[in-house]
Amino acid sequence: METKRYTRREFIRNASLTALAGVSLPLLSSCAKEETEDFLQKHFREMTAEEKKQVIAKLEQRYLQKFGRKLQISTKEAVPDTLWGYGLELSRCIGCRRCVYACVKENNQSRHDPQLQWIRVLRLKRGNLINLENSDHYYNPDTVPEKGFIYLPVQCQQCQNPPCVKVCPVHATWQEPDGIVAVDYNWCIGCRYCIAACPYKGRVFNWAEPNIPKEEINPSVHYLGNRPRMKCAVEKCTFCIQRVRDGRYPACVEACPTGTRKFGNLLDPNSEIRYIIDRKRVFRLKEDLNTESKFYYFFEA
Amino acid sequence: MEKLRELWNETWHFYKRTLILVATGSKLYYAWCFSLLAIIIAGFLFYMRQHDAGLIATNMNDQVSWGLYIANFTYLVGAAAAAVLLVVPSYVYHFKPIKEIVVLGELFAASSVMMAVLFVMVDLGRLDRFWHMLPFIGSMNFPESLLAWDVIALNGYLILNIFIPVYLLVKFYYRKKPNWKFILPFILLSVPWAVGIHTVTAFLYNGLPARPFWNASILAPRFLASAFCSGPAIIIIIFQIIRKVSDIKLEDEALFKVAELIAYAMFLNLFLLGSELFKEYYSNSIHMAPVEYLFQGLHGHNLLVPWIWAAMTMNVIAFIIFLVPQTRKRLTTLNLGCIFVIIGVWIEKGPGFVIPGFVPDPLGEIHEYLPNLLELMVSFGIWALGLLVFTLLMKVAIPIETGEFTHTEFQKELMASRPH
Amino acid sequence: MKKKIKAIALGIFLLGFCFTSSANGAAEEFPVAPPPMTEGMFPCSNCHASMETNRKKRELKEEHTQVKLHHAETMRWCLDCHDVKNRDNLRLYNGELIKFTESYKLCGECHGPQYRDWRAGIHGKRTGYFMGSGKRTYFLCAHCHDPHEPKFKPLKPEPPPFPPTDRKHGN
Repeated sequence: METKRYTRREFIRNASLTALAGVSLPLLSSCAKEETEDFLQKHFREMTAEEKKQVIAKLEQRYLQKFGRKLQISTKEAVPDTLWGYGLELSRCIGCRRCVYACVKENNQSRHDPQLQWIRVLRLKRGNLINLENSDHYYNPDTVPEKGFIYLPVQCQQCQNPPCVKVCPVHATWQEPDGIVAVDYNWCIGCRYCIAACPYKGRVFNWAEPNIPKEEINPSVHYLGNRPRMKCAVEKCTFCIQRVRDGRYPACVEACPTGTRKFGNLLDPNSEIRYIIDRKRVFRLKEDLNTESKFYYFFEA
Repeated sequence: MEKLRELWNETWHFYKRTLILVATGSKLYYAWCFSLLAIIIAGFLFYMRQHDAGLIATNMNDQVSWGLYIANFTYLVGAAAAAVLLVVPSYVYHFKPIKEIVVLGELFAASSVMMAVLFVMVDLGRLDRFWHMLPFIGSMNFPESLLAWDVIALNGYLILNIFIPVYLLVKFYYRKKPNWKFILPFILLSVPWAVGIHTVTAFLYNGLPARPFWNASILAPRFLASAFCSGPAIIIIIFQIIRKVSDIKLEDEALFKVAELIAYAMFLNLFLLGSELFKEYYSNSIHMAPVEYLFQGLHGHNLLVPWIWAAMTMNVIAFIIFLVPQTRKRLTTLNLGCIFVIIGVWIEKGPGFVIPGFVPDPLGEIHEYLPNLLELMVSFGIWALGLLVFTLLMKVAIPIETGEFTHTEFQKELMASRPH
Repeated sequence: MKKKIKAIALGIFLLGFCFTSSANGAAEEFPVAPPPMTEGMFPCSNCHASMETNRKKRELKEEHTQVKLHHAETMRWCLDCHDVKNRDNLRLYNGELIKFTESYKLCGECHGPQYRDWRAGIHGKRTGYFMGSGKRTYFLCAHCHDPHEPKFKPLKPEPPPFPPTDRKHGN
């Protein structure tokens, strides 16, 4: 029954789209086979395994042409019984921003025009934590940490009640079963409603075609994670979906020189993150907005 | 078969004659149309540059991710809603002076909605993926996403406001009486639908707890109140122009009645604004930062301050003009009031509403925004396109309404009755 | 007679059990990275096996002069942690010898809460795979905290993001 529904829907879709494509493509872009394929590409969640393979092959070829590197694009699904959670020890962050740039390298973000960074480190004066208006994002002293200040890194909080998922008009972003909020970059229409809805400024927009130096491309990518994106699509931290589904720590966790960042499976009672929640005083940003974020901050001192 | 051939012939005649109608006019008409066309072409060229380079060609950025385009969209949805809400009650209350202009008001609403939809389209990063938003073909996130609701509401409104005038005009063209039993339900439907489009637009801002400036229950009432100010004001000006360039008889009384309605709407608008200001300034929580940015400036950033105060001044002056009968009933002051309302509400509802929602951003950053040349040119282009479409619609609709432009069988008696 | 033999056997068995359990108490294995030794320093017995031992607390003048001790230096000195006879090992408070790859046991004697957190993985750094059978690396205390001068040195931060108004580089 399921397949029958899809075929009929598919027929209507392909018929009307081909008609539309025939009319609108000359207007909207140069008539290339590549663009027609892109135009008709389905939503990732609706693709069959065969279609996913085709899309991956097409993308791998594209990336080979564009970057001269062979990328391995994974579409690995969520590991069963996992719900990823993140811990960040605020008493240890020294604001060195090594996590920011490790993330940029790992996740193939645009380096300039536009410069996209998924992690943003805020500097707050001691005595103040909640009113982020008093934060400084552009501090650049000779050495960190500076006396009298604390540092608060913020990235996508992978909320359980994500406001961005609620407002996306085309279902381009959704929550995966392992708790990661994912984006199908080929489905996003670039309306930026999700950016307006996110209380943590977790999402950033590719305002132009991304600029990634070819030699710095990370070749092991995930379709929903760090594969090189295109202009005018939204992106955000994915808890390094390409790593964690294989059981590896995210890049920011590995990069931090002071061991501030912790990661684990919230459903595993022996995981590091559960240890933190059970024994340390954890809080989440803007808890009053009921986003049920999975990014836990905690203190020792 | 014969009937079909007749219909085809008549349609072809109609088409040819509308072409002649829109192509002939006074020198002023030509000047108007050609200057609008020039602006439209310029806007289109700038848009192509944006399409190639991406939205980086605008002044929007991650902190202020919506700008002039969405500001104009918000304003135009209000204008469209108010146009219908103003003219349609004439059917209910049979206020004769307004009755003749209903069709024109609805065509104005259609042009307005068309402009609003165009503004959203130029704001989309990937317009080529617009089909993702269509229900059943794409994956429309209905009912969770308010943008999905807005797409349905606006397009439905556009269809209504094309269908109703076209039906009435076709009936006038054939010199037949409209079947009110058929058309009246649609006309009556367009009233709650008009309230609906603007409420949905307000809700799409309202439902974001991440933006405390917008997350206020007062937003939908404020939107409607300000829409009832700006829409009718535009209509007053437009109808005076129509009165001048055509044979349509519009009594001054109609205009004054509309102006009176604007006075009440403006009072409501100012009252709701006052309520918001009280809540923000008296409660004095950190969430008042956007209001502070708008009216006073925040940490030295005060780009919008002169604009909003100008808007407030214009709104108050207009309110007084419309309230006092002597100023309301004199055309010069009436027109001044209308212009003040149009500009004042545009500032208050456009940039004065969209930009402070992003300042400060959720992580406390303050980045100011001013549209750049490209955004201005594209916006002017769309406004020009809307005005041109409305002008052309009027060029065809008015002769039909006055009875000059009718079915071929009546043309002969028309020619005969015309004095030479 | 039979009863006596049974009682003695039981006693020996219980004693043996006690000894073995105490010996196996801290036999946890952590996949630590190699300790951060200066090049060519280890094994220390290369030099120290043939040297005299001087237990007097003093500042070293001939060798190891680059080591500045700022770690409870009023109460401790080198030979409180480095075993005097067997320089290839560290010594715990009770005199027990441990390898350099188990130096966390020594640190944990004074820094209990951090040691407990380190064992759970929430203090310090771990890289690699946290799930499954992939390679994982746990960092020793000494990898981040120089045992002689544990206070962190300030770092130069990476550059801030371009502000949005920077049209040349930024958004």
